[in-house]
Amino acid sequence: MTEIPEHLRKRAEEARKKAEAARGAGGDDAPAGEAAAGDAGDTDAESKIPAHLLERSRAAKERAAGGAVAAADAPAAPAAGGTAVATAPPPAATGPDGHTQRLLTVVKSGSIQDVRATPVDKVHTWPHLLVVEFVAALAVLGFTLIFAIFVNAPLLTLANFNQTPNPSKAPWYFLGLQELLTMFHPMVAGVTIPGMGIFALILAPYLDRNPSNKPEDRKFVISLMTVFMMFWAVLVIIGSFFRGPGFNFIFPWADGIFFDL
Amino acid sequence: MAKSVQDKPKITEKLSELGDTVQGSQAWNSIFRPGSVFRKGYTDSPRNRSYVIMNSVLYHLHPVKVKRHAVKVSYTLCLGGLSFFLFILLTVTGIFLMFFYRPDSASAWNDIQSLHTSVTFGLLVRNMHRWGAHLMVLSVFLHMARVFYHGAYKPPREFNWVIGVILLTLTLLLSFTGYLLPWDQLALWAVTVGTNMMGYTPVFGNQVRFALLGGTEIGAETLLRWYVLHVLLLPFVIVIFMAIHFWRVRKDGGISGPL
Repeated sequence: MTEIPEHLRKRAEEARKKAEAARGAGGDDAPAGEAAAGDAGDTDAESKIPAHLLERSRAAKERAAGGAVAAADAPAAPAAGGTAVATAPPPAATGPDGHTQRLLTVVKSGSIQDVRATPVDKVHTWPHLLVVEFVAALAVLGFTLIFAIFVNAPLLTLANFNQTPNPSKAPWYFLGLQELLTMFHPMVAGVTIPGMGIFALILAPYLDRNPSNKPEDRKFVISLMTVFMMFWAVLVIIGSFFRGPGFNFIFPWADGIFFDL
Repeated sequence: MAKSVQDKPKITEKLSELGDTVQGSQAWNSIFRPGSVFRKGYTDSPRNRSYVIMNSVLYHLHPVKVKRHAVKVSYTLCLGGLSFFLFILLTVTGIFLMFFYRPDSASAWNDIQSLHTSVTFGLLVRNMHRWGAHLMVLSVFLHMARVFYHGAYKPPREFNWVIGVILLTLTLLLSFTGYLLPWDQLALWAVTVGTNMMGYTPVFGNQVRFALLGGTEIGAETLLRWYVLHVLLLPFVIVIFMAIHFWRVRKDGGISGPL
């Protein structure tokens, strides 16, 4: 995984910008300068080859030429060749052209290393993420505390099996199901529909084969989920606020609220 | 007067000396590992920023570095983390409540009543437990919606979504089992409505209902059974699933996105 540290990435970006600026400012002079530098480099490179190696290669070339001549006419030539071999013995494992290395294979980096083309932009968890999490936790704690100071949890009278309150309501998150009970057989409303809902949620990642996570590519799925959630929200709101005694439909502003959290 | 003014710098000097001694002690340095912000001479450097996570228990939860967009509040709205925080809050307040509550139909309601009237902060802690529970159901649900709208359930995160759905179900069950415990009219009849629906499960509906209620109707056995489910079994199960959930978030390459 290629992850370029933030400060190195920034430094590279700055250097690149500087180079671009220099090229822009240099204008016509730059290519000439570069060419000159290139020439200098070439001569430098030639001069960097050690003198004794240059000597040896020259000797070898001469020997080859001399050897060819010698084979043609003079018996004294092998002796000369022999002395040359003795003075400069080739390395034991040389290849056909006197190379000491051989290229066995070329392995492209991608096949053995996980190389990502684009570096991931990352920040340190401390302090960037931890501070956000701490503030969020503190805000929720504060909200819960203040809400708990001003609003008391309900505690009605002792449970009494002989007195059924009217209406009897489930906890709010099940009121959508209780609302469905008014329309369907209990098995459909209480088991089949919620069961299928959970099952559909579990299967969602395996049914949705669209690889994109961009909202513009997922219009159908997003509208489907929105409809699904709005359906639940509306059922829960109706069950919570628009159902009165006998679970009959009422308007909360006209008949009051029959709802406890 | 003059003397006390002269004394002041001495006291601050002594305090800072004491701080140095404590921070330099073997005990202190055995508790806070290298790079900890509580160690002596902590400086803000990339190396120390890494150590804060890497050398502490936080490394079980967070990597040393996260994607830049993951830090933006507008991307996650902190909903998953807040669900976890609410779970911790509910555990703490719940343990407090356990000291004053007996899961027995004869005493449950009276215990809540005396919690309100004669236990210091009893009513406040009970309120926090109740509102925190409703808030957790809401935040888990919103977290699911956020993840769905970001397409974060797509490969390689499919299985973590499945665990998330299980966690949502467990959250609802935790809330529902806790609903019965005050043993008032609201609790009794809300649970009656809920469990009546369960009875309609095809094939083994009546057996499920019997096992959950500890009888054919809600009674004292139901209270004990749901109490154990609420304070022991379901928290145990949900903690295991949460551990897998958080671990998978990191193994699947951190949080999803950017869009």
